[in-house]
Amino acid sequence: MTSEHTPAGLIGASIRRVEDPVLVAGKGCYVDDIQLPGMLYLAFLRTTYPHAKIISITTNAAKAMAGVLTVVIGEDVKQLNIPVAPMVPDQKIPPHPLLVRGAVHEAGVAVAAVVARSRALAQDAAGAIEVEYEALPSVIDAEKALEPGAPLAREELDSNICYVATKKGGDVEKAFAQAEHICRMHIASPRQVALAIEPRGIVVRPEPTGDLTVWLSTQAPHRVRGDLATALGFPEHKIRVIAPDVGGGFGSKGPLYREYVLACHLALKLGRPIKWIATRSEDFVTTIQGRDQAMTSELALKKDGTMLGLKVRVVANLGAYLYSSTAGPPQRMMGMAPGSYQIQNCHVEVVAVFTNTTPTGPYRGAGRPESVLNIERLIDKAAKELGLDRLALRRKNFIRPEQFPYKTGVGVEYDSGDYEKSLSAAMRLSDYDKLIRERDAAQARGELVGVGVSTFVEPSGGAGFESGTVRVERTGEITVLTGSSSHGQGHETSYAQVIADKMHVSMEHVVIRHGDTIAVQQGVGTFGSRSMVMGGGSMTLAAERVIQKARRIAAHLVEAAPEDMMQADGGFAVAGVPEKKVTWRQIAAAAYGGRVPPGMEPGLQETVFFDPRREAWGFGAHVAMVRIDRETGKPTIEKLVLVDDCGVIINPMIVEGQVHGGVAQGLGEALREQMLFGDEGQVLTGTLMNYAVMRAGDMPELTL
Amino acid sequence: MAAEIEFAAVPIRVTVNGVQHETVVEPRTLLVYFLREHLSLTGVHVGCDTSQCGACTIQLNGRAVKSCTILAAQANGAEITTVEGLAREGVLHPVQEGFREKHGLQCGYCTPGMIMTAVSLLETNPNPTEEEIRHALEGNLCRCTGYINIVESIRWAAEKMGGKNVSR
Repeated sequence: MTSEHTPAGLIGASIRRVEDPVLVAGKGCYVDDIQLPGMLYLAFLRTTYPHAKIISITTNAAKAMAGVLTVVIGEDVKQLNIPVAPMVPDQKIPPHPLLVRGAVHEAGVAVAAVVARSRALAQDAAGAIEVEYEALPSVIDAEKALEPGAPLAREELDSNICYVATKKGGDVEKAFAQAEHICRMHIASPRQVALAIEPRGIVVRPEPTGDLTVWLSTQAPHRVRGDLATALGFPEHKIRVIAPDVGGGFGSKGPLYREYVLACHLALKLGRPIKWIATRSEDFVTTIQGRDQAMTSELALKKDGTMLGLKVRVVANLGAYLYSSTAGPPQRMMGMAPGSYQIQNCHVEVVAVFTNTTPTGPYRGAGRPESVLNIERLIDKAAKELGLDRLALRRKNFIRPEQFPYKTGVGVEYDSGDYEKSLSAAMRLSDYDKLIRERDAAQARGELVGVGVSTFVEPSGGAGFESGTVRVERTGEITVLTGSSSHGQGHETSYAQVIADKMHVSMEHVVIRHGDTIAVQQGVGTFGSRSMVMGGGSMTLAAERVIQKARRIAAHLVEAAPEDMMQADGGFAVAGVPEKKVTWRQIAAAAYGGRVPPGMEPGLQETVFFDPRREAWGFGAHVAMVRIDRETGKPTIEKLVLVDDCGVIINPMIVEGQVHGGVAQGLGEALREQMLFGDEGQVLTGTLMNYAVMRAGDMPELTL
Repeated sequence: MAAEIEFAAVPIRVTVNGVQHETVVEPRTLLVYFLREHLSLTGVHVGCDTSQCGACTIQLNGRAVKSCTILAAQANGAEITTVEGLAREGVLHPVQEGFREKHGLQCGYCTPGMIMTAVSLLETNPNPTEEEIRHALEGNLCRCTGYINIVESIRWAAEKMGGKNVSR
């Protein structure tokens, strides 16, 4: 373990997390830990029908129950909706009410809401509401939703299609006409539940000043605040969103959800604080789910393995309603469809479809895993069909290091990469040839053993800007304000390493503040693997500006030229005269004490809004050896080797931890986890009793 | 507004983290909500409603128990330790320390339950194998870490505690 007290060598050091002493002591503060005087509780009556007409709702009994303040149904809040901006031209955006009216379109959607004096009373009263339904035919599978005569998931629309989007490059028809072989494949990625262990939740307090304070389990406090303002018709600058400790998200805690808007609306109406915390069962069917993309592909090749062209059609299941991020993952899939390969002739089409299921959206990779699954399986299949070695086929078509920056056949620019290097490293680390010999020997004994290889690219960044403020306090300590709020990624540690390194101070000298819109300038949030690129990037630029200004103040204090001032431990020193030192404390005292150079503004704080306008493309390769027990069908991962080039690593311990978690979710997807609906659309895997999340005993050993 | 529902208040007496509490609870109050909402021990987390996730794990009379599976009234007379009760005079329990040393947590939500399960494991089996650790964690879910560093954390703690059953 590297020392935590010296500024040198902070980048690349596995420093223990700043966050942990509080969290291991059980002193974290998650939304449900917030108790306010006079607080009321919100509970919902949710439907179990995937699609049904509402005949009647009877709330009298609930309204008469002790401790109940209000009962509302869709008609009472019909002016309120979830705001969704189109991501794709001609995207259909059907109404997304907070409480449904007339009909339900997915199991789990709320028909009525109750506010009562306690959690239990609110739930009791919700249970006393009676709803009469008339079941309607439902459609669950996105491909079936496109068949002629399929039921309409949303009867307000004339088809189940939300949008069709295409990306093309080169001359695909010509490429296929020239092909000596065409490999065809259909594959689907199973629908996943994000399953952050902390369920979603909100506490909201209307302030006497007319402001609204909101504690929310969210990945993106600023974004959600903007959407909340739109949804409520309430001024954004009077809403304070606080993301306290957030117990995981994995993409699912990005959007503004119905319950949040309703809780705010009712709190304003009643003039009292309100809490709503999802039960796990509610969380299962109301939080955006991941994947559920069905992909049909054709790969045109020469007999020698040269890839000529690629056609992919993605049928993406969006669920019944759109959240702000629902349309996103298929777009991401489309943008990286050719993977690590030189395929300039591409035609990728997404057909995004409404069904009577829980809305989908970003989840751990958000389109990236779908894309990797598709192209890598397709290449394996092509290798088999052509009788070529699957590694040779990959190597022959890799984008080569000298080709970067490389514009792909779908018009996306990759910044850098060395795919041969990561694949070779995976071969070496896995002792690939030996694995193959072991596999062959096992197969000769009649055992079911296989070795899989995959490469990948993965973009980090995106979603506009991120912001960072670096403020040197009067005493010389440094406060950083970032729009990128943490929910387990260790921002308070990694960011402090970056800034302490940049400013030549110890980590204890730096504190990272995030997750409060009253403290932090406009920001975006944490999702899409963007934090270090965007959050780290913006605060680094802000630090550079602070350093520039501080250099001039320091020079002024010692009557030297600014260009002669060098950064030194804890501040600046005159070049060649290390004993002539000015500390951050002295510089700050001057900055706030009127001793700045003539014409300079006082203070020592800079804010940067950073938009690099392109993403950083990481890459890597994985090798897995898997055994399947012939008798029980149980798969066992015998070896799993991962090579992931993620650029400069700030904190290897944290990065490895992120990889571990990603692998667990990936293996869950590959081996166990799938959200299932029955033939009539009923939820089959709506609790932890039947959704097969990875447990401690399921994880294989990893080689990183 | 109608009057509050009358309920038969159940008197209970429990010792939590060394402090004795005598109070009354509604019969249906789960132990986890009693600890969280009556005693403000919010380190005891709720992650599910089917007793699967283990985020609410506490020690009840020395055994790891999911506090969402029993009623507060059933805990009458019990001695309870929550994650808040592990540290002694500001010094973390070796298991807590292990989770920090080995990056056994990310978002921290499952962590108190994980730690309480691990403490109970090491009390009964001071030098567990990896398999025994993984088996002991079957009732605790983590979505962030892939469990790898949680296992490492518990091993670290076992070593730190000298592989001995240290009664604290």
